[in-house]
Amino acid sequence: MANNTMKIDVHHVTRVEGHGNITVDVKNGELKQVELAIVETPRFFEAMLRGRPYLESSHITSRICGICAVGHATASLRATEKALGVEPSEQTVLLRKINFHGEILDSHILHAYMLVAPDFLGVGSVIPLAKSAPDVVLRALRMKKLSGDMCATISGRHTHPIAMTVGGFTHYPSNDELYRLRERLEEARADVDATVELFQTLDMPDFERDTEYIALRKEEEYAFIDGVIASTDGGTWPIEDYRKVTNETIVQHSSAKHTANQRESYMVGALARVNVNHDKLHPKAKAAADALGLKPKCTNSYMNTVAQVVEIAHSIEDSIEIADVLLERGIQWEEPVPPARLSGEGVGSCDVPRGILFHNYVIEDGIVVGANCIIPTGQNLANVEADMRALVPTILDQGKEAVTQSLEMLVRAYDPCISCSAHMLDVKFE
Amino acid sequence: MSKPKIAFFDFTSCEGCQLTVIDALQTNIELLDVVEIVQFREAMSEKGEDYQIAFVEGSCTRPSDETRLKKIREQAAMVVALGACAHLGGVNAIRNRQELDDVRQYVYGDKAEWFETYPARPISAVIPVEAAIPGCPIDRDEFVMVVKQLLQGRSPVIPDQPLCVECKLKGNVCVYLRGKTCLGPITLGGCDAICPTYGDGCEGCRGLISKPNIESLKNALEEHGLSFEEAQAKMTMFLNYQMMELEKETAGNGK
Repeated sequence: MANNTMKIDVHHVTRVEGHGNITVDVKNGELKQVELAIVETPRFFEAMLRGRPYLESSHITSRICGICAVGHATASLRATEKALGVEPSEQTVLLRKINFHGEILDSHILHAYMLVAPDFLGVGSVIPLAKSAPDVVLRALRMKKLSGDMCATISGRHTHPIAMTVGGFTHYPSNDELYRLRERLEEARADVDATVELFQTLDMPDFERDTEYIALRKEEEYAFIDGVIASTDGGTWPIEDYRKVTNETIVQHSSAKHTANQRESYMVGALARVNVNHDKLHPKAKAAADALGLKPKCTNSYMNTVAQVVEIAHSIEDSIEIADVLLERGIQWEEPVPPARLSGEGVGSCDVPRGILFHNYVIEDGIVVGANCIIPTGQNLANVEADMRALVPTILDQGKEAVTQSLEMLVRAYDPCISCSAHMLDVKFE
Repeated sequence: MSKPKIAFFDFTSCEGCQLTVIDALQTNIELLDVVEIVQFREAMSEKGEDYQIAFVEGSCTRPSDETRLKKIREQAAMVVALGACAHLGGVNAIRNRQELDDVRQYVYGDKAEWFETYPARPISAVIPVEAAIPGCPIDRDEFVMVVKQLLQGRSPVIPDQPLCVECKLKGNVCVYLRGKTCLGPITLGGCDAICPTYGDGCEGCRGLISKPNIESLKNALEEHGLSFEEAQAKMTMFLNYQMMELEKETAGNGK
């Protein structure tokens, strides 16, 4: 049978966070429909924040996502701090950065090793690999344990951080704990090298489609927390102008809003960050990018996982450098910086594992009265669909099974975090 | 002897408890020798429907959730609520105190009618549940302990005592003395008092003890010059569903 008619219906893409369905409908060689439907339940976090004391916001919003809990908490704290005129200390900024690297590492290792690698090794999950490739699995577990312990040392745990609060921390690691963490980070360099070697052997599918890439950018460092919004199509925006970039729209088949800036869609996440901020990567991460054939601007979405591996190298090295600065200074007990006022509006932005995230709060007399959160996965959805529309016609002759596999791998490459993105509706479609 | 087959399911939640399960398996990899995971969408592509034990994360927040929960109940010999959302309604139930239409419109504007949603409930409000692993997120050691107990055919028991017991045993300085409210006196312990240990007051994510003495909590707060209103706000974070049920009961008793 000729492959000019094909119906694909992947009900719940596996090895991703949350519930999404892929639908493809090709009739007589013509692409009728390509959709990534988001069928996650609506979460309503923005509504739930209204009426809550400002100190609760970061604890409530970390519950948006178990994987990006630290990212949500950090963006939330920055939004509150800007609203209430709080300037955190240098020590707080440094500790938050290590905590953030812990989450980047935890999330990227989970995605690269446990969710993506099985596709290339011909298995349905990481579990059979424990028997067939124990060294790979043990390495992944060792690295993941270290990243979880980074967050635990700084904020009590990764999901959901405890000691982070408006203006600072409620608990500090001892110098000894930080020293031991630094030693383990140094030991992890061998695992980073082995990870780069492993991903050199995994052939990412060939697929190029140019799009707009958006990430936070800072002149002084590879940006994860604060900065300006920057685009590979040119242009920067202060984070307060996030709505000018995201332009959220509601689409029928997705419980997460779609976004578009200067084109029909844009991409956020590790690949966008490397495309925007390659010059700010640690030299060892640049070397990893070279070894993995990742050059900016890379327009193959499947390479997002490779960009994550590059960021694993960056986060380990940057964490070692930050730990050195903190150890040199010695950890000081500091009470959190109190708010300068109890009313105001603020926007916090972080580039979390899956891309740029915005929290925007209005606070009156210490109570949140308005909230808006824009999530990376929501921003990527229109771009995933644009990729699928470009990809399907080029691989149609490979048959339904291969097309399905390619599409699932494409969605997975974006590392979607669907529970996060679904502050939206649940709509049935045909 | 064939290994018991277990499956993981998620409803309205952040999936952080399933991630904690993955973390728990990292350090207790031997568990994989004694159970067979047949379904775990977040971590694997295989999908088996012949499970005996179902671990369910997340709250029931829409009619289609009920249908799915009942189907799981029909198959599983044992259903375990995994974490605060499934066990208590968790933070999802914060919105239960707000007008549903208002909540929907605030987030979805004029497209509000597209949403399928209703007030958030713990799964035990929809189907019978054999056990619950409390917490937001679950404690990974407690998860491992509960699984071991279930495999031995024992019902997991979590001592019905407030968090203060283990907080004192840890030698923590009471957060009341640091000027912070804490729900430790009325909250089920078992988390190793992790929040007070990291300098924050308990937010009640593990649920109320069987006989919470809220009057006594109020007195203790007053003695320390702390605001009961702040504590009440905390009681509507993870505990909102339980508190609203208690309020209904009290109203029903004609008090």
